[in-house]
Amino acid sequence: MTSTTPQPRRHGRVRWWTYVLLAAAAVVSLFPLYWMFIVSTTDSATATEMPPEIVPGGNFFHLAGLVLDTVPFVQSLLNSLFVATAIGVGQAVLCALAGFAFAKLDFRGRNALFLVVLLTMTVPTQLSVIPQYLIMSWLGWVDTLQALVVPGLASAFGIFWMRQHIIATVSDELLQAARIDGASTWQVFWRIAFPIVRPAAFVLGLFGFITAWNDFLWPFIVLKSPERYTAQIAIKALQNSLDVDLGLAMSGSFLATIPLVVVFIVVGRRMVAGILDGAFKG
Amino acid sequence: MVAALTPVRPATPPPPAFGKTRGLGERLSPYAYIAPFFVIFAAFGLFPFAFTFYVALFDWNPIGDQEFIGTDNFVRMLGDPRFWNATRNTVSIWALSTIPQLLIALLLAHVLNNARLRFALFFRMSMLVPYVTSVAATAIVFVQLFDRDFGLLNWLLGLVGVAPIDFVQTTWGSHLLIAAMVTWRWFGYTTLLYLASLQAVPRAVYEAAAIDGAGPWQQFRHITVPSLRPMIIFTVVTSTIGGLQIFTEPLLVGTGGPQSCGVVRQCQTLTLFLYEQGFGQFQFGYGSAVGVALFVMVVAIAAINYLLSTRIKADR
Repeated sequence: MTSTTPQPRRHGRVRWWTYVLLAAAAVVSLFPLYWMFIVSTTDSATATEMPPEIVPGGNFFHLAGLVLDTVPFVQSLLNSLFVATAIGVGQAVLCALAGFAFAKLDFRGRNALFLVVLLTMTVPTQLSVIPQYLIMSWLGWVDTLQALVVPGLASAFGIFWMRQHIIATVSDELLQAARIDGASTWQVFWRIAFPIVRPAAFVLGLFGFITAWNDFLWPFIVLKSPERYTAQIAIKALQNSLDVDLGLAMSGSFLATIPLVVVFIVVGRRMVAGILDGAFKG
Repeated sequence: MVAALTPVRPATPPPPAFGKTRGLGERLSPYAYIAPFFVIFAAFGLFPFAFTFYVALFDWNPIGDQEFIGTDNFVRMLGDPRFWNATRNTVSIWALSTIPQLLIALLLAHVLNNARLRFALFFRMSMLVPYVTSVAATAIVFVQLFDRDFGLLNWLLGLVGVAPIDFVQTTWGSHLLIAAMVTWRWFGYTTLLYLASLQAVPRAVYEAAAIDGAGPWQQFRHITVPSLRPMIIFTVVTSTIGGLQIFTEPLLVGTGGPQSCGVVRQCQTLTLFLYEQGFGQFQFGYGSAVGVALFVMVVAIAAINYLLSTRIKADR
């Protein structure tokens, strides 16, 4: 719609179709989750009825119970929670530590080593799942959770990101003052530098947590027994065991998604800020 | 998502280090701080990567023998119609998912980049919800929504007189279904990446254009798109590298055969083919050869990206 007012149009004026467009995007984004919720609260017969049911039913606990009977789902959620937390926290601390060394410590080969860190980002490691599996079997780590956690701790991008934040926010004077007071390098990092960059480390850990929670290919290859499954693999198992009953797989999907939705409601604002702030590559 | 193969940014000049190193322990401590990354990456990133090229030269059975066969795996792969089928499917799904995704993201970033927009945080956050939702859960929901007989989408299409479409058993249908999942998952994230770049464009540029009589479409074409060009290239590269490795969606869509994405391999992608050969058929050597082929494609795309980005710099 083009109005022909003589006044120059301001860039800031928001046109009505902007809201229509954005509302449509929001509906598309949220609808599949809502649908997951609907199907997991009604029985599977109504799930396939047309016109579709759009109000939640009262069947959620019944279906959730069936999910728990089919696969050790609570165990899967705990496994996912353990793996994702270990990776999120581990990445945040290890990357802050390495980023601190690259930003503030003087040592031989520092610039060359940092360049190596950046270059590792260009190695497409996901293509080598077969040798990765061989390594895990040599280590005896097949069907263990450390096979997921340990490789997930290294993040070249995380080191880059933390280094940038430490350079931008931690002043040399402050660190020098702590030095004069007799603090060791570790104390300087842990007591002074880390608390300052904790928000950035938190965002990094958050993305690490979510990526680990949703990871599929590697856990699918390396985990064998149902009690070791992460939530994602448990969903796949639900889909396998009852090809017909979609309600069950939907309930499982919904149960596995709830924790992340809760996390997102609490800290989504900071994730958005993290992406807008540093063009975060998840 | 695999890290981008964009040219490494020149490192910022080294900041002044604080303090002088004292004892031996203090002098070595920086190495201890960076060691975990290097040890983990060497063991679980670099070594397996290099080892892929080695395994690809063998007839390697994980529970049997390993026999050196030179380039036989590659010769076999290049003559294998299943490999070319997987390549075609991967490229088709990539095109169907990346192009609409980037166009939608461009448009949404443009309209979100307005200081007077109300509910901006809600719109931004809701778009990130698909990124937070797992691929496995997404696949379950989308397969149901796109079902031929009981899916909501076909019911809606039926209301306007379209005959039911089979989104699982047909080639185009399954590609569209997988592309829809990928687009849904990534469009909001990409939008926010574009928005991040757009926010670096001074507001005065838009205001000046508006005063000169540029309408919304002209502002979009002549300000938004050019200033986003480096970020567009970046997202094309990352989504291409991600798209080459697509695995979970086709695995969960396929019903005919669990590892072939359907009875006629209508949506089997390269990574799924790699998985089928490696962990379904226990041909680690042949599977690794597919991994090497994927790597060659990634390098080719990185090279094209490098050429494109240097040309853009030359244009300016």
